[in-house]
Amino acid sequence: MKNTKFVYADNAATTRVSTEVLEAMLPWLGDGYGNPSSIYQKGREALQTLNRAREQVAAGIGAEADEIYFTGSGSESDNWAIKGVSQMMAAKGKKHIVTTAFEHHAVLHTAGALEKQGIAVTYLPVNGNGVVKVEDVAAALRDDTALVTTMYANNEIGTIQPIGEIGALCREKGVLFHTDAVQAIGNVEIDVKARRIDLLSLSGHKLHAPKGVGALYIRKGVPRFPNLIEGGGQERGRRAGTENVPAIVGLGRAMELATTGIAQRAARVSRMRDRLIAEILKLPCTRLNGDPKKRLPGNVNISFEGIEGESLLLMLDMNGVAASSGSACTSGSLDPSHVLLSIGLIHEVAHGSLRISLGGDNTEQDVDHILAVLPGIVEKLRDMSPLWDRIVAEGA
Amino acid sequence: MLYSDKVLDHFSNPRNVGELPDADGVGEVGSPACGDIMKMYIKVDRGVISDIRFKTFGCGAAVATSSMATELIKGKSIEDALKLTNKAVVEALEGLPPVKLHCSVLAEQAIKSAISDYYTRQGVDPSPIVGEIPDAEACHVH
Repeated sequence: MKNTKFVYADNAATTRVSTEVLEAMLPWLGDGYGNPSSIYQKGREALQTLNRAREQVAAGIGAEADEIYFTGSGSESDNWAIKGVSQMMAAKGKKHIVTTAFEHHAVLHTAGALEKQGIAVTYLPVNGNGVVKVEDVAAALRDDTALVTTMYANNEIGTIQPIGEIGALCREKGVLFHTDAVQAIGNVEIDVKARRIDLLSLSGHKLHAPKGVGALYIRKGVPRFPNLIEGGGQERGRRAGTENVPAIVGLGRAMELATTGIAQRAARVSRMRDRLIAEILKLPCTRLNGDPKKRLPGNVNISFEGIEGESLLLMLDMNGVAASSGSACTSGSLDPSHVLLSIGLIHEVAHGSLRISLGGDNTEQDVDHILAVLPGIVEKLRDMSPLWDRIVAEGA
Repeated sequence: MLYSDKVLDHFSNPRNVGELPDADGVGEVGSPACGDIMKMYIKVDRGVISDIRFKTFGCGAAVATSSMATELIKGKSIEDALKLTNKAVVEALEGLPPVKLHCSVLAEQAIKSAISDYYTRQGVDPSPIVGEIPDAEACHVH
């Protein structure tokens, strides 16, 4: 490594467990090992702490405690909500789902699996700015639409969707509305009642809670749909498996912290984001992906023509910066990110994308460091690139 | 996904990067849409590859395999260079993650493409000597 400064700029991938969350969890990894279903004191203590965590999560999104169900991940919440609702509604002859082309794979692949079982799915396009249009959602609704599921904020380009309007539309049309809010919690204020949200998925490790815990909000009034996981009756008989008490306690505390002071934190983080964007865009042949304003406070997603994302990440890593990319190589497939393709980027530009996602832990010095090392890296990669030679020749 | 130290070394300190303005053969394989392009420049002196340079648009493995490939054939005869397989490149790099093996195939093809171009420039049909160079990796881009 050229220097010892480490900048973690990949908060959209996962976050550090915060000190307060860790402190809240530790007793439950120690003496607090009781099973919440057990009748004796140790069990009751675990149950009480579980209930407290449930209230914390509920309060964070404006829900009631008994509308919160703990799961093992955001992906599990997505799977349960979409498969469960689809199964329930299919029995009533409603076999159509509306979603968007740039959802997280947990939603997309769940929808794909349902298609193989005969469910019709409409994948709405998103505009070049990465925002889905409410009119498109409205136009896609059919008499047999069972569910609309659109993400609150996109994980790759950070764009924030018109959830309130979609919620209102769905409520008016009597269609259930689910949103994957995994990236949005803690970054934007969320009130499930005001936004007319029927189901919401969230994930602990995106909010400084540990990995392996998530939750699904199910509005009271949504008819009971099938379980994903059958078994011992936990989560009021809807999600079996002995509760991961320490992680759930962590999630509760993390939700409390994440949903407090959002405006202040968002202001500080978005200032850093905007400085990064402004400075990086000064480099030639770069473009910002996604709407600059309707955007998560910490998300920067920029394409650099002529270079490839994984190389960029490797060099950033050698300079102490942890970030992410939408290139095919980093997605483990031959196609670059479906999100970048959905906003109309051609493959070669999508391959050259960099995602930086700042969080509450990041500082202005972190931004300084990224800006100090990035231009040199881009130059070094472009010097090595036959594609950049072509671009320069064409531009001359 | 883990890269070996050798791969990381060739990635961060690639050998023979650049162009040869008076090259005797230039080969380019891959495509921007696939996220992988390798361009090789060779100078040939009495049947020996006296100098070689490369430029690559691609991931860590792409850069490392290009770099290693040029190192392996520099100073070799054309016949020996044509014997270079992607397996040899991968072995020299002390292995590549399975998902990255296709990058080594591209390196082998880039060399063949440069040698092919050399023969074409000499007015010699390269196909019997070099063989067929299949289309860039099975990348399903339109």
